[in-house]
Amino acid sequence: MTGTEPTLTYVYAVAARTPGLGEVLARLTGVAATPLTLLAAPGSAEGAPAFAVSQVPAADWNATALKAHFEDITWLEQTARAHHQVVEALAAHTTVLPLRLATLYEDPDRALTALREQYEQFTDRLALLTGHTEYGIKAFITADADSDPLPTGTVPAVSPGKAYLRARKAQQHAHEEHHQAAVRAAQQLAATAARYAAAYVRHPAQSGPLARDQGENILNDAYLVPDEHADAFRADIEQAAAALTGVRVEITGPWAPYSFATPPAQPAETGTGARGAPT
Amino acid sequence: MTLTPADAPMPGRQVALVDLLDRLLAGGVVVTGDLVLSIADIDLVRISLRALITSVSTLTDEPSPPDPADGEAP
Repeated sequence: MTGTEPTLTYVYAVAARTPGLGEVLARLTGVAATPLTLLAAPGSAEGAPAFAVSQVPAADWNATALKAHFEDITWLEQTARAHHQVVEALAAHTTVLPLRLATLYEDPDRALTALREQYEQFTDRLALLTGHTEYGIKAFITADADSDPLPTGTVPAVSPGKAYLRARKAQQHAHEEHHQAAVRAAQQLAATAARYAAAYVRHPAQSGPLARDQGENILNDAYLVPDEHADAFRADIEQAAAALTGVRVEITGPWAPYSFATPPAQPAETGTGARGAPT
Repeated sequence: MTLTPADAPMPGRQVALVDLLDRLLAGGVVVTGDLVLSIADIDLVRISLRALITSVSTLTDEPSPPDPADGEAP
């Protein structure tokens, strides 16, 4: 990108300032292959919130262009992964509050003004999240052992229609029981996870087109775990998962605290999500 | 019962897009100020993109949440 091309300021995350943060940023590449810089209030102290930003071409990132891009799954994936890569690299080095995808300001000055306006909020949240890591726990219903085709061999002394309906009813009943058992297993798992977590967020179960291949998702939680409990958390989940029947369990992470970046005072997006606060 | 392997954290490991979007669209700080896209626009985008991950029908059969009060405070 040339120096004369108009740009916008893309913000990736709020990061707690450290002496080495500038160097970490210098090694990173952001969205649209742009270099990262730190945007901080002049004279701000170590540990103070700063923005990790890059300058992106305005023509491709203005409101109109963005709305078109968001329809494009390839663009979306590339942008999400580039954003995430920056957030992850920062999180490996300091405490971060990841920002939502495609947070852009007209210029660094406006971004800095926004940073200043939310300085206290960011400071408080960074303090709460320090020493914590997010993990995802997902549970899927495993293939139903009773989903065999309807029995055809033994036909009882009733009409074929009635026999079919009976068999169908029994099959549905078995399927329902299988489902309920899996839900109970997922609840047990969530209770185990919650013992270690300072907070958790219940994301809606994944079932859209992007989630098709993974089976029926019945639990999609994020847990904020103090780092000193991370090993025990993982070990206990693995143990609990091994003892459960009817569900397949997946642990994701460690994640930067995406699901906990916003204070719980703000309502959860889904209406069903519970959002606990680290204490 | 089955715990999916390959869940160990590895540098450079590619996370599933579905899990990443779950976090990038539902989570993350929403900053205020003089944004290029208004918060309302961002919300619209988020809602339409979330349809890639979650269909409305799944919101009904979720298990009830555990009690976070049981969690060990740091």
